[in-house]
Amino acid sequence: MTYALEIKELRKTYGNGFAALKGIDLKVEQGDFFALLGPNGAGKSTTLGIVSSLVNPSSGQVSVNGFDLNTQRTQVKRTLGVVPQEFNFNFFEKVYDIVKQQAGYYGLSVSEAEPRIEKYLKKLDLWDKRNNQARELSGGMKRRLMIARALVHEPKLLILDEPTAGVDIELRRTMWEFLQDINAQGTTIILTTHYLEEAESLCRNIAIISNGEIVANTSAKDLLGQLNKTTFVVDINGKPELTGGNFNFRKVDEHSLEFDLEKGQVLNEAFSELAEKNHQVISIRPKTNRLEEVFVDLVSTSDQA
Amino acid sequence: MTEYQNKSYSNSVATNWIAFYTIVEKEIRRFLRIWAQTLLPPAITMVLYFIIFGNLIGSRIGEMDGYDYMAFIVPGLIMMSVITNAYGNVSSSFYSNKFQRSVEELMVAPVPNWVILWGYVAGGVARGLFVGLIVTLLSLYFTSLQVHNLFVIVTMITFTAIVFSLGGFINAVYATKFDDVSIIPTFVLTPLTYLGGVFYSISLLPDFWQHVSMANPILYMVNAFRYGILGVSDINIWFAYGMILVFMAALTGWCLYLLNKGVGLRS
Repeated sequence: MTYALEIKELRKTYGNGFAALKGIDLKVEQGDFFALLGPNGAGKSTTLGIVSSLVNPSSGQVSVNGFDLNTQRTQVKRTLGVVPQEFNFNFFEKVYDIVKQQAGYYGLSVSEAEPRIEKYLKKLDLWDKRNNQARELSGGMKRRLMIARALVHEPKLLILDEPTAGVDIELRRTMWEFLQDINAQGTTIILTTHYLEEAESLCRNIAIISNGEIVANTSAKDLLGQLNKTTFVVDINGKPELTGGNFNFRKVDEHSLEFDLEKGQVLNEAFSELAEKNHQVISIRPKTNRLEEVFVDLVSTSDQA
Repeated sequence: MTEYQNKSYSNSVATNWIAFYTIVEKEIRRFLRIWAQTLLPPAITMVLYFIIFGNLIGSRIGEMDGYDYMAFIVPGLIMMSVITNAYGNVSSSFYSNKFQRSVEELMVAPVPNWVILWGYVAGGVARGLFVGLIVTLLSLYFTSLQVHNLFVIVTMITFTAIVFSLGGFINAVYATKFDDVSIIPTFVLTPLTYLGGVFYSISLLPDFWQHVSMANPILYMVNAFRYGILGVSDINIWFAYGMILVFMAALTGWCLYLLNKGVGLRS
């Protein structure tokens, strides 16, 4: 089986002695939508930097779409698109020229490149800005420009490092739809994000990296299945009179309660208890992102190890 | 054999050529866009040289190596502008790309290192020759130029631009702040150029200083170029060719070593 990304025993120790990666293994299947999560400094960007040829590994093997990074770097680069965390284009160049240059670096002729540039700039709502200098764009537009640039050679694997950092909610949703569309067309996507809601909504598989080691690598469903309890907040009619009970109900404010749903319990039982106290439930929501709870649990365990 | 290995993902002559052309076009567009910083200053500086050293002071100096002083200094001044602009173009452009991280666009793309290097060098040569042409045209207002040997003129000015573009590239690779790209031009290139026979024939110097001057590579380039225009030189021009080709080969090797190692580019 050819993986979109296969990493074996990858290590990276920087010149100052900091071991950013301590021998990680990772496999991402073709067509997957994969999240690499971890706290700041965990090794996410180092991993993606090595795959993107921006960081030299200390040891280990990396292959992208079956091509070995050490011996077939050109082929790796041709099947890979990269959207880095930091803006890394010339701010004084025009939007159109930035994407056109990238197409040129991949050896696309003008006749091949121009329709693609138009296609991706239009899809990412940048066509009207094509003659603007990059520095004139808003933060969200700059991120979309980097996505258009990374897609112009139509890579098989797209890596996005914090693609929606600093992007407003509405635009973030639009970008999610765009990425889901790209993924549905066959492009494997790997992203890092601090918005765990993003990983939960988009990704089928998730790896969590902490202190340079992979502490979890499984499907999003399995990962969420590790949750032993979920805390919910309910908005009710009238003043909350219920505390304790089977679900340890706690008053949040004059119209809200929160309770813990343990693994094996069902929500209907909680609603029944509320109904017995004549509380009508107006709305219910998880108190925190469910993935966030697993994430915090795994990362804190790794920190203590 | 993977699904993707059935399709060619290798570079070809055509893809390398497109990548090279893209870098050169970007570099030329850059120095034309900021012409007030790149093209205008050397034009003004050289006109001042022509007026002050050529006309005002030169008229009192008389002849140098059998030519009036203005005609003698013009080849050196053209060469001086080519050297500083070829060097400055590559050092400032490549360092700016590092500083803004836009160099990563090239590093993630399948562009061979030699294509990256020669793309930037070609951009430096283009600016050096463009400025050289401007200075040459301006000089025609002050003196008439002859062509003694067109082959020597064209090859020497192009080779010199290549050598100093390569030098500018090395400077940019090692630079970690903007100050670092101005240190070499200020403290090395300018003194060597002024002492490289731009304004005088080294035959005017005492023996000791003549020998010291022979260690200055710019002396050979200026004199060989002057030979192409006027037919006079303090040095053997074939030796100048040999030396400049050795410099080109050595600097190219150095640049490719730095790029392959990722010095200043990859952590």
